[in-house]
Amino acid sequence: MIVRATAGIGRGTLGLLAGIGRGTMFVLATISAALRPPFYIKEFLQAILHIGYLSLPVVGLTAIFTGAALALQIYAGGSRFQAEAVVPSIVAIGMTRELGPVLGGLMVAARVASSIAAEIGTMKVTEQIDALVTLSTDPMRYLTVPRVLAAVLALPVLVGVGDAIGILGGYSVGIGRLGFNSAAYLKNTTDFLEFWDVASGMVKGAVFGAIIALVGCYFGMNSGRGAQGVGRATKSAVVTASVLILASNYILTEAFFNQ
Amino acid sequence: MIELRDVHKSFGPKRVLQGVDLVVPKGESMVIIGGSGTGKSVTLKCVLGLVKPDQGQILVDGQNVEKAERDEFLSHFGMLFQGGALFDSLPVWQNVAFRLLRGRLKRPKPEAREIAIEKLRRVGLKPDVADLFPAELSGGMQKRVGLARAIAADPQIIFFDEPTTGLDPIMAGVINELIREIVVEMGATAMTITHDMTSVRAIADKVAMLHDGVIKWTGPVAQMDNSGDPYLDQFIHGRAEGPIEAVR
Repeated sequence: MIVRATAGIGRGTLGLLAGIGRGTMFVLATISAALRPPFYIKEFLQAILHIGYLSLPVVGLTAIFTGAALALQIYAGGSRFQAEAVVPSIVAIGMTRELGPVLGGLMVAARVASSIAAEIGTMKVTEQIDALVTLSTDPMRYLTVPRVLAAVLALPVLVGVGDAIGILGGYSVGIGRLGFNSAAYLKNTTDFLEFWDVASGMVKGAVFGAIIALVGCYFGMNSGRGAQGVGRATKSAVVTASVLILASNYILTEAFFNQ
Repeated sequence: MIELRDVHKSFGPKRVLQGVDLVVPKGESMVIIGGSGTGKSVTLKCVLGLVKPDQGQILVDGQNVEKAERDEFLSHFGMLFQGGALFDSLPVWQNVAFRLLRGRLKRPKPEAREIAIEKLRRVGLKPDVADLFPAELSGGMQKRVGLARAIAADPQIIFFDEPTTGLDPIMAGVINELIREIVVEMGATAMTITHDMTSVRAIADKVAMLHDGVIKWTGPVAQMDNSGDPYLDQFIHGRAEGPIEAVR
């Protein structure tokens, strides 16, 4: 009984370490492939379209409702200390530093990591990856690198757009429901918002972008056989990307703001 | 010429190839037969470098596959995959001309398209198929497009992985005939894996029987029927009883 339990823990630990090792090798292989030609411009632009542009609606919707709810909560909390006036600045700081990048990242992880893993996984089980190799095309350069680069560049922009829409959500609630004066709300927002608040969120976005695309490609390339294999790869990609986003968000926040 | 010397490959505890020795002379059509799961696909993938053998050597025109420069090496190969393996995100003509649109064999787009249409015609498809997507084609048409893609860059060596699987007998006959014609007309070395005996008789110059991870018998197709080899006899006559276990 005890032996079996210990063996189970050992197997789990070994599996985890092997997974981390394989993931690290995959990241290094991607970097090495990204630095050497050929570069696939068309695939990169397509990836920008799919990962960036087409994610705008979901990121925008997430941001507007989050900003609106945030304004209500801060107002409710602030009113306990007669501090209702902090709503505009806290909404702005909360959106740009934390909620914009994290919720945007999670939504894009759900949308993009899944679709990358499913697409590449299906290519793997239908031998399209092998076909690429026999046609003298490196799957890492043709499939992984364009997606990772596109995600790293697109996510900061998505975060920026999400920030703006989130602040707009807070503003709408502030003006419509909480009785703020429009000019005062905007002044309060801009006066207290610092450049680094916005920039740190965008840096987080870039890191989350790398995580999303790398995790999607990794699980796709290592997909098991058949529909079940692709299904499992897709699920693992979304779960892993989400957890890594939350964990790396904590580490980045420590690094950026804990002086 | 393709030469396999004592090639071994295991996946975990499963020993798939246990010392395969095989020679395919230049310009000949070799067909490897054997039951499902006997390592036929793994053998092909080892030659292509998609799977790395645990032991043994593979030489193509005297050059060790593992030491060759990949791009240069693969540019002489064409392969028809079992399910076609067409890229669903690209229209048919870009699938066929994939190699001609990028890398060392790259040429201008109009020229690549022209070659693609010519190759499609060679496999009996009309030019209007060129702009369709693979998902819009029937299984037989997908196989033909796969064949057109395999021959697009005029390879010296062509591999066919179960070319007739999933096709009706008439379409299978058409594909067999096409493969035979193309191999002869291009003077290419061909390696086919199949368990379709009609295919074997239509395509092969020589036949090799793979079982239990080794080549049990090899010889010209004409000698196949009176080889005296119990494994080969059981396989080509499709008998449930014999040295090969029916339940594997």
